Amino acid sequence: MFQKQVQAPVQAPLLAVRGLCKSFFGVQVLHDVGFELAPGRALGLIGENGSGKSTTMNILGGIHQPDRGEMVLDGQPYRPKGPKDAEAAGIAFIHQELNLFKNLSIEENLFIGGFPKLVRGLPFIDRRKVRTRAKELLAAIDLDLDPATLVSRLSQGERQLVEIAKALGSDARIVIFDEPTTSLTARETERLFGQIQRLKGRGIAIVYISHILSDVMRLTDDIVVLRDGHVVATAPTRQMTVDKLITSMVGRTIDQIYPPRASRPREGQPVLEVEKLTQPGMIKDVSFQVRQGEVVGISGLMGSGRSEMARILFGLDPYASGRILVDGQPLERPTPEVAMARGIAFLTEDRRAEGLMMDGPIADNLALPSLPNFAGGFGRLIERTRLGDAVERTGRDVQVNARDFVQTLVKNLSGGNQQKVVIGKWLLRSPRLFILDEPTRGIDVGAKYEVYKIINELAGQGTGVLVISSEIEELIGICDRILVMSHGEIRAGYDRAKFDRERIMRSAMWDSVTKGGR
Amino acid sequence: MTPAQTTRLDRPGLAPGLPLWRRLLLSEYLVLFLTVVYVAGMALIVPEILAADTWRDILAAMIPLLIVAIGQMFVLVVAGIDLSATSVLAFSSVLGAAVITMDGGPLVGMPAFLVVAVGILAFMAVGGAVGAFNGACTTRFNMPPFIVTLTTMMFFSGAAIWVTTLLTDDGSSIGSLPREFVFIGQGRVFELPFSLLIALAVGLLAHVALSHSLFGRWLFAIGINPNAAAVSGVPVRRTMFWAYVISGACAGLAAVIYTARLETGTPVLGQRILLDVVGAAVIGGVSLFGGKAKVLWVVFGALFLTVVDKGLQLLGLSLAGVFAIKGGVILLAAIVDAQRQRLKGRG
Repeated sequence: MFQKQVQAPVQAPLLAVRGLCKSFFGVQVLHDVGFELAPGRALGLIGENGSGKSTTMNILGGIHQPDRGEMVLDGQPYRPKGPKDAEAAGIAFIHQELNLFKNLSIEENLFIGGFPKLVRGLPFIDRRKVRTRAKELLAAIDLDLDPATLVSRLSQGERQLVEIAKALGSDARIVIFDEPTTSLTARETERLFGQIQRLKGRGIAIVYISHILSDVMRLTDDIVVLRDGHVVATAPTRQMTVDKLITSMVGRTIDQIYPPRASRPREGQPVLEVEKLTQPGMIKDVSFQVRQGEVVGISGLMGSGRSEMARILFGLDPYASGRILVDGQPLERPTPEVAMARGIAFLTEDRRAEGLMMDGPIADNLALPSLPNFAGGFGRLIERTRLGDAVERTGRDVQVNARDFVQTLVKNLSGGNQQKVVIGKWLLRSPRLFILDEPTRGIDVGAKYEVYKIINELAGQGTGVLVISSEIEELIGICDRILVMSHGEIRAGYDRAKFDRERIMRSAMWDSVTKGGR
Repeated sequence: MTPAQTTRLDRPGLAPGLPLWRRLLLSEYLVLFLTVVYVAGMALIVPEILAADTWRDILAAMIPLLIVAIGQMFVLVVAGIDLSATSVLAFSSVLGAAVITMDGGPLVGMPAFLVVAVGILAFMAVGGAVGAFNGACTTRFNMPPFIVTLTTMMFFSGAAIWVTTLLTDDGSSIGSLPREFVFIGQGRVFELPFSLLIALAVGLLAHVALSHSLFGRWLFAIGINPNAAAVSGVPVRRTMFWAYVISGACAGLAAVIYTARLETGTPVLGQRILLDVVGAAVIGGVSLFGGKAKVLWVVFGALFLTVVDKGLQLLGLSLAGVFAIKGGVILLAAIVDAQRQRLKGRG
């Protein structure tokens, strides 16, 4: 274990960010975001999904340009037009999904941006120089490996360290870590933290983004909390506690964002019963019920097993043990076909990759899951008129905003309308149980409201609804009951009367709170 | 311009309000226009291209090609490819002929209609079996269809020759086919080649299967986005499997026509038409990226290729010359396909 080093004295800021504003498609996602980075200090940047962390970092990295606001680097205005500019300015990113070439060696990865040459201007690589420099860099991060080792043979933690070496090699002065520990073991995490401390010792400024609040508390000198694109708290880390952080992350009132939902007594037959469902590495002993007309929410961080569970229920992934009952009858070894035959519908979290045929028209997308119901007789020919009518009706029901469903391609619709198409295609089957994974991801507030309304009405008609979301607010707004998942297990369950943002967040961050929170 | 107008290619006719060249490029009749232009141009140099005999040749050459290409289309819709079609021609020609030969074959003495019926089934079954193998490899083991069908092409080309040497003394071909079978390739009904009727039937069936059946809708869905299709309950693997079987069976049926025409089963059948098969489909507008196909397009494509071929022959070009120019034409079609994608992308 390491001790927290003596904090570097506060100097003139290396980078000052002031008044950043950014809108996408008319939705403002950043409002006057500002913070400062000092050499040798680490800044923790925290916030819920969608709070504006990634947008801020993308602006820093030159991927997006701000609508307003300024950035000052070393007293000079910093206006990156692309990732190249950020790199030249000495800003290095270490992403969740690493950007290393797995089929190349460590040393090749370290110098991929510009190999030392034997003769200037000629394309001959100075292999010997590459080797010595690579050895120096690896020594600097205490990674005792042959530079010729292929990256594909390294563990996640070692790859992380190679990324750091790469940042050192490019003389980075600011290193930004985005959820660096999600795929690391405890030991690898310790090692990474040790290296981050050393980077600070070299006078490098660190930005550390993580959901694991206890890590943020340990590593950083200052913390900035973002919520809905606003900076809601800026303070030295030692004045903060995990509790305070959680409160400032979630503190918001629910206005007219959600359609009214009355608390209802538990009644109705269970549509879905899950008993001790287990798939090693994904979910463990998951048990719960969804009743007719009930909206059950699943809260949890990314990687908590929430999406994995949904995919298992719909037959997209296998499970090792446990039972799934639909309407009291077991659903064994389901495939999507079988699950659909039993009345299950599934909206996936990635609507572009799995939810829609982006290159297809609205009508074909709406029709796809229901086609067998409209194909009769010899040769299973499609009854076009009946199908066309049903598609038209459903499309209008969910208010897809397009003049002509047969002509308009889904890719030309807005995110909200695309999502309505996905919902519509399942409504056409009149599902008994509707599983929605992140139903409002990437859609604007207005479309969200309409999605919530559809969910509400669906439940009113007796459909069981299971909603997975990273936005606790949203679950509180629309659910009768919320289950919280963490590390593949259900940690807690709350009825509508007992909904409490902080308690839910605490259950989701179960290990931060128990492991090292203050 | 509204996106809907430029993005729906399978809309007949021309989208209004666009520059002519773009409308033409996006029209589904583009290839037919090109064929007419080509014939008109050729007629200035070699007037014979307008003769009835020439068109009889073109039709004869086009029919079996069209049948194989229609089969190929089913595989292309799901973004696959079937390179083995030509070796299926040869292999089923040899095996099928061995079944129906009157020179010591197993069916000697049976009634003629039975021999013909069993014969056709045998040809198609051989093709379907090779297709099933291709389909099983691509769907069960997730192998790239290019490699699977490339290897089956090599294997069955060889196997066809090997089987012929086993079955015959001189190792070249299997003759003595019944007269009733030969009629399929050479006979005429109401002045029309009998094989044309077969091609029409195949085209009609394929059109209904592709554009009006559940199976066809599933093919398109898989071609556009296999993941979305799977999540929507489409049996992706089963559907893709049958696409390969259909491609094989169509090649088997084309082998019937070729074999009946030659009156012999031979392992050198259709060796050179691989390019034409894929070319006919792609030139017509079937996308190699999947999700876009129509029987009529394949008809246009096959017609265009056959007409180009015939025109070059009339010019007196050597086989090598014909090949080179045809290769260039197919490349051009691929470029046009890519351009269409780009234009549509702009939508």
